[in-house]
Amino acid sequence: MYLYDQYDQRIVDERVNQFRQQTTRYLEGELSDAEFLPLRLQNGLYVQRLAPMLRIAVPYGMLNSAQLRKLAHITRHYDKGYAHVSTRQNIQLNWPQLEEVPDILEELASVQMHAIQTSGNCIRNTTTDQFAGVAADEREDPRPWCELIRQWSTFHPEFAFLPRKFKIAVCASEEDRAAIHAHDIGVELLANAAGEYGFRVLAGGGLGRTPVIGAVVCDWLEKKHLLTYLEAILRVYNQHGRRDNKYKARIKILVKAMGVDAFREAVEREWEILRDGPSTLTEEAIARSKSFFTAPAYATLDGEASAQSLQARCAAEPIFGNWVLRNTKAHRVPGYRAVTISLKATGFAPGDVTDQQLELLADMADGFSFGELRTTHQQNMVLADVEESALYTLWQQLQAAGLATANIGYLTDIICCPGGDYCSLANAKSLPVAEAIQVRFEDFDYLYDLGPLELNISGCMNACGHHHIGHIGILGVDKKGAEFYQISLGGSQSKDAAIGKILGPSFSQEDVPEIVEKILATYVALREEEETFLQTYNRVGIAPFKEQVYAKTH
Amino acid sequence: MPKLIKDGDITEDNWLPADTDAEAPPAGHLPSLAQWQALPDKSGSALQLEPGDDVSNVLPSLDQLVLVAVHFPVFTDGRGFSYGRELRERGYRGELRALGYFLPDQIHYLQRCGFDAFQFSDEARLEEGLRQANLSAEHYQAAIDEPLPLFRRRV
Repeated sequence: MYLYDQYDQRIVDERVNQFRQQTTRYLEGELSDAEFLPLRLQNGLYVQRLAPMLRIAVPYGMLNSAQLRKLAHITRHYDKGYAHVSTRQNIQLNWPQLEEVPDILEELASVQMHAIQTSGNCIRNTTTDQFAGVAADEREDPRPWCELIRQWSTFHPEFAFLPRKFKIAVCASEEDRAAIHAHDIGVELLANAAGEYGFRVLAGGGLGRTPVIGAVVCDWLEKKHLLTYLEAILRVYNQHGRRDNKYKARIKILVKAMGVDAFREAVEREWEILRDGPSTLTEEAIARSKSFFTAPAYATLDGEASAQSLQARCAAEPIFGNWVLRNTKAHRVPGYRAVTISLKATGFAPGDVTDQQLELLADMADGFSFGELRTTHQQNMVLADVEESALYTLWQQLQAAGLATANIGYLTDIICCPGGDYCSLANAKSLPVAEAIQVRFEDFDYLYDLGPLELNISGCMNACGHHHIGHIGILGVDKKGAEFYQISLGGSQSKDAAIGKILGPSFSQEDVPEIVEKILATYVALREEEETFLQTYNRVGIAPFKEQVYAKTH
Repeated sequence: MPKLIKDGDITEDNWLPADTDAEAPPAGHLPSLAQWQALPDKSGSALQLEPGDDVSNVLPSLDQLVLVAVHFPVFTDGRGFSYGRELRERGYRGELRALGYFLPDQIHYLQRCGFDAFQFSDEARLEEGLRQANLSAEHYQAAIDEPLPLFRRRV
């Protein structure tokens, strides 16, 4: 993974000092609340319902064991002993003290971490595939490009006060595991007709109040132009994005208002000035970035023998076999698998992880996966490089720590924002809804029978829980001061990206699990052969679901 | 006389902010874009840009301008950062002044975008502004103050 040199370290250290001074000036009254707000937001600090919330950046989801141990220490010493993995692959602390945040940032800097630009109207953490570097369907490792974007966007002087937040995602594989269609900018690495790899650039995707699928701004861009082209897009947005209404300030509204062709022309005009300028990537810069993401020292294993002995183990112990089936994934290197660790056990908030679990995960990363671990935008964690022969030992340790829930990609692997329990923006609670659904669907056989299912919950229109692109999406809404839940169906975050359709009038919190059950029963009754929920929905449409859910009981 | 930060120090000059309602700029006030466009002779002229002004109107006359002031009615409106950079990238060499309600904490970014003078509407900000104007820092990106990105400078 990427390692800081003296330049990176200086940049992060300087920021810690700056924020310490800003905090002092704020506490002494020199900076008003309104003035301190964007300064603290750009260092990841929100003021929440109960306490501040600090969002720590995990660039494109990569963590090493030293960082995990530091996070465990921080959650124990400055917080209440647990952290939360966000849908931007970041880590959130819900209970820090404002006065202690500079100290937390200093601790983070000591392990090459920070909270820079994890909130505020600026360019946020760039996200990508959690299986980068190991996925069988990968065209090229996306992480060197994410790192180049990270450096370009960190403290970009021109784009720190944008109309609204700005999110970039990179995909470099056949399957899109980074939801690039739902981002302000989506970058897809792909080959042109001549077989040469470059980037397709999408802009104007996004969720929130007005969900939109991104439009293609550039069909194919030579790699070296990546940063100048991004800069041109940002410049058009910074100058012309709406600033009069925060609900209309995202780039998706600008792209819609201008039309994608006019938007593209405006970008090309700005790009003329920047193109081939000093920010054009050099071969050396690309090679340097790639040098941090080389393959670890894999053992040379007999893939067939390894697979056979794993199979025997799975057959002998079906619970283990089931976990291997549900929570591990094929690896491009023979004898290895990528393991997803579920942070979705019933009874715990989706994405929450305790200090002790973080330390255990650090040990596991060291023992089983070359000292590295990844966070996922589905709010789980990944050990990407585990030898098949070590899976059983790993599983036993995970089980003992309550981290072996075999539900990856199934209904109870819910994406969920912190909601009204913590967030001051939320209209409604989301965590109790997630838990009630998990409790209702505890029967794993039924869960597996339902097949791959993404259920996403957001506590408000800001859509941090990505409800629009869940196969089933649940949105908390406020109706005359009471919390209600609107359900949508048919969303998708993959290459066939789609925004879910609203089923109809919203439901009370107690009713949600039963409604989900009715929706699923409708699917089970209608599905043909091996059809997934999404395939059935796409074939039959929303009407049959509507009928069942809203049918009067006699 | 209004005080401002320039050339690493606190200084003063005679320019007053634009009166956008007037047809012609009142004596001593910076012309707004519309007032400036009506000037018969633009040589040695000054101008105040507002957020939302179309910078392309100014580009043909960059050689004749000696002062462009970019107004920040509120510090969260970041359009002025792009205006500064566009003007400099297209060859403007005169004074580029940030004017209005911005924060000392933004001076560094403003400098990177080509601004070299800073006039706060609240003069109590001057001292902290001066301190921050004289800070040095390392950066990743190319900008007006450092035309080479770090990836072309790393040793």
